[in-house]
Amino acid sequence: MTRAGEAMELTMQTRTTTARGWTATSVIQRYGIFIALLLLCLTLAVINDNFLSTRNLLNVLRQTSINGILAIGMTFVILTRGIDLSVGSVAAFAGVVAASLATTSSTGMIAGAPYPALVAILAGLAAGVACGSVSGAIVARFNVPAFVVTLGMLSAARGLTLLYSGGRPIPALTEEFRWIGTGSIWGIPVPIFLLLGTFAVAHFVLTQTRFGRHVYAVGGNPHAAKVSGLPVRRIRFSVYVIAGALAGLAGMLLAARTGSALPQAGIAYELDAIAAVVIGGTSLAGGVGRVSGTLIGALLIGVMNNGLDLMGVESYYQQVIKGILIVAAVMLDQSKNKQD
Amino acid sequence: MPPLLEVEGLSKSFSGSPALIDGRFRLEAGTVHALCGGNGAGKSTFLKIVMGIHDRDGGTIRRNGREVVFSSPAEALQNGIAIVEQELSPVPAMTVAENIYMGREPLRSFGRIDFATLNRQTQDLLDGFGFAIRATDVMMDLTVAQTQLVEIAKALSYDAEVIILDEPTSALGEAEAEHLFDAIATLKNRGKGLIYVSHRLSEIFSIADHYTVFRDGRFVEDGAIGDITKDELIRLIVGRPLNEEFVKENTPADRVVLRAEGLSAARGVRDLSFDLREGEILGLYGLMGSGRTEVLDRLFGLSDEAGGRLSINGQPVRISGPSDAMSAGIAYVTEDRKQTGLVLSSSVRDNLCLSSLDRLSRLGVMRSRQEAEAASRMIRELGIRTASDALTVANLSGGNQQKVVLGKWFMIAPRILLLDEPTRGVDVGAKREIYRVISDFARGGGSVIMVSSETDEILGMADRVIVLKDGRKAGELARSQLSAEELLHLAA
Repeated sequence: MTRAGEAMELTMQTRTTTARGWTATSVIQRYGIFIALLLLCLTLAVINDNFLSTRNLLNVLRQTSINGILAIGMTFVILTRGIDLSVGSVAAFAGVVAASLATTSSTGMIAGAPYPALVAILAGLAAGVACGSVSGAIVARFNVPAFVVTLGMLSAARGLTLLYSGGRPIPALTEEFRWIGTGSIWGIPVPIFLLLGTFAVAHFVLTQTRFGRHVYAVGGNPHAAKVSGLPVRRIRFSVYVIAGALAGLAGMLLAARTGSALPQAGIAYELDAIAAVVIGGTSLAGGVGRVSGTLIGALLIGVMNNGLDLMGVESYYQQVIKGILIVAAVMLDQSKNKQD
Repeated sequence: MPPLLEVEGLSKSFSGSPALIDGRFRLEAGTVHALCGGNGAGKSTFLKIVMGIHDRDGGTIRRNGREVVFSSPAEALQNGIAIVEQELSPVPAMTVAENIYMGREPLRSFGRIDFATLNRQTQDLLDGFGFAIRATDVMMDLTVAQTQLVEIAKALSYDAEVIILDEPTSALGEAEAEHLFDAIATLKNRGKGLIYVSHRLSEIFSIADHYTVFRDGRFVEDGAIGDITKDELIRLIVGRPLNEEFVKENTPADRVVLRAEGLSAARGVRDLSFDLREGEILGLYGLMGSGRTEVLDRLFGLSDEAGGRLSINGQPVRISGPSDAMSAGIAYVTEDRKQTGLVLSSSVRDNLCLSSLDRLSRLGVMRSRQEAEAASRMIRELGIRTASDALTVANLSGGNQQKVVLGKWFMIAPRILLLDEPTRGVDVGAKREIYRVISDFARGGGSVIMVSSETDEILGMADRVIVLKDGRKAGELARSQLSAEELLHLAA
């Protein structure tokens, strides 16, 4: 583990162990989510032979990749005390923008399509960045609550998606473009690489860079950050841009996997992303949390869905169980804070 | 007659580490009794047990001679014990009356609140103690001092006989504090017993009748205030003799470092001119609302400027934000370290490095070793007591938190240090260490502007004092002319 990672680890450790040493409660509080994930995997491995098969495990990871990428972007925003409700709509918008450049169908509205996949991908990312910039600028410059701004963006981006696509799916995407969602390298699906790559970069940025320090400081105490000379506005702006870019990436993965971009894609995806962040132990009050927790949170949701699928549990139950999980995770977090 | 409150052998441990070992206290009717001790002396644990917030491991509490055990603050209140806490917690959008009688409003039929009775009752209560506040005022329109008085009125509305005041003047200016002392005198004359907790010894000597000292969780001594000197009391609190309360070894040079001409801010500062010299500690004194903090905010670029010229070392500078100020060599220790000084959820190290991230990184990537070294150097130089630099800063005592804020600023190697109430909420021992740090900085050629509402602190530390009133300079006193009377005279 990296030095800064260790330092953060140590912070958490000293918090719960200063007076008490290693007690069962402190271990559960620190590694609760990770333990829960292991227990869940263990249980599933015992009751279902298929769970541990390479095929299934890769499947879980691949299914987690879209939510995982959205949740990583969401982590940056929540660390600064913000929230981004628009990522699902922004993903859909980026999906149709990229698809319009990568479709072989004549219904595409861009002349000259299909373009090379790289062009389409850059355009999709740009769409995500544009949406994030608008939200970020309004939050940072005019101090409008992020909840309200991104609620507006949730609606506006969905509307743009429908307008741009004429309300119809954009089908027949090029194989080249679809590769990011369906392809694999050494037998491992490309989306998993994208998820792990995003995670690695985000982890590095948050633990090793000046910008990472800024994010924690702005979320922990924006006034102190300002007095300490930090560019608070720029930092708050940036996190929405990051969330927008990652939403763009997730939206393109979604389109690439299904082979066509649906204007109604990604509805309510922001809720799963927020759930993964919260389950992963990041505080909605800002300043505290780790992207590794978010990854585990996303995996927990993914494994749970997969396990319930394998056991043939109706998907309606899955939603109930996920709800319970979110609240339980936050309750665990609260009890930790109370003891400090 | 038995005492209002008599506590013996009170003890409490948290997860094996004792916070209170032997708490003793005896409060007589019609007296003000100061509870003294440094941070970690066990005062707050003691008060929390008395108020029924914590349960106790051992010991007895007798109320009017009868043994009592409270399991909640509500029970303590019913038994006539009320507390006015250091951190006030009003509902800002409600009126004074609604705040005071929250949860026990007089009702009419169908559960409707009887506002007429509520407001009359509250006004009677406020008038009875001579508090100049209207029952129908909205809390958020009140000053901090008035809010404090409302909290006291709330305690009194329960007809409490024992009133605990925890650092009641920490947010008050001199004049407002006088107002509070008048109220305390009234309560005393009506036979109430008051437990007074304050780090400000001068207050204790002016209003308390008795003192009790705790140190390291133990009762040390009690007695009448008339029988003890300030130095003796400090010795009891700290556990060792402190030769001098203040440390001052700097000598100002003639060279002017900072010159302000006609300085104004959108709020609070009007047409202020002054010079700051090398190695000088310039005191800024004034009542609440006199513009003390606003002057520092203006110098640090935190307020909207409204004219005026600044020059540093003869060069004109324009400061429109903290980063401008920092590159001009200015550092600013703000008034409220929890609000604007520290990121409480972050570690000691991250807080110390917060203003130096540019220097401690290369191409945006932190240089972890330099970071750790810089932090440990500050911890060593300032004597910050912390188990590790990775400890969350919220876990440190007030004095050590303040040293972390100072350390953050010393890390940028400033030439001008702005200090707003640098020792607020800091115990006597740590105070002296902070004075030592300030004095050393000035002795090394640094210049300091220090705002303080503690007259003693200004008298003890400043080479020269500017007295502010309504954002303007009301007078300027050299060290040789300084006296408490003169300061108050100019400020009022």
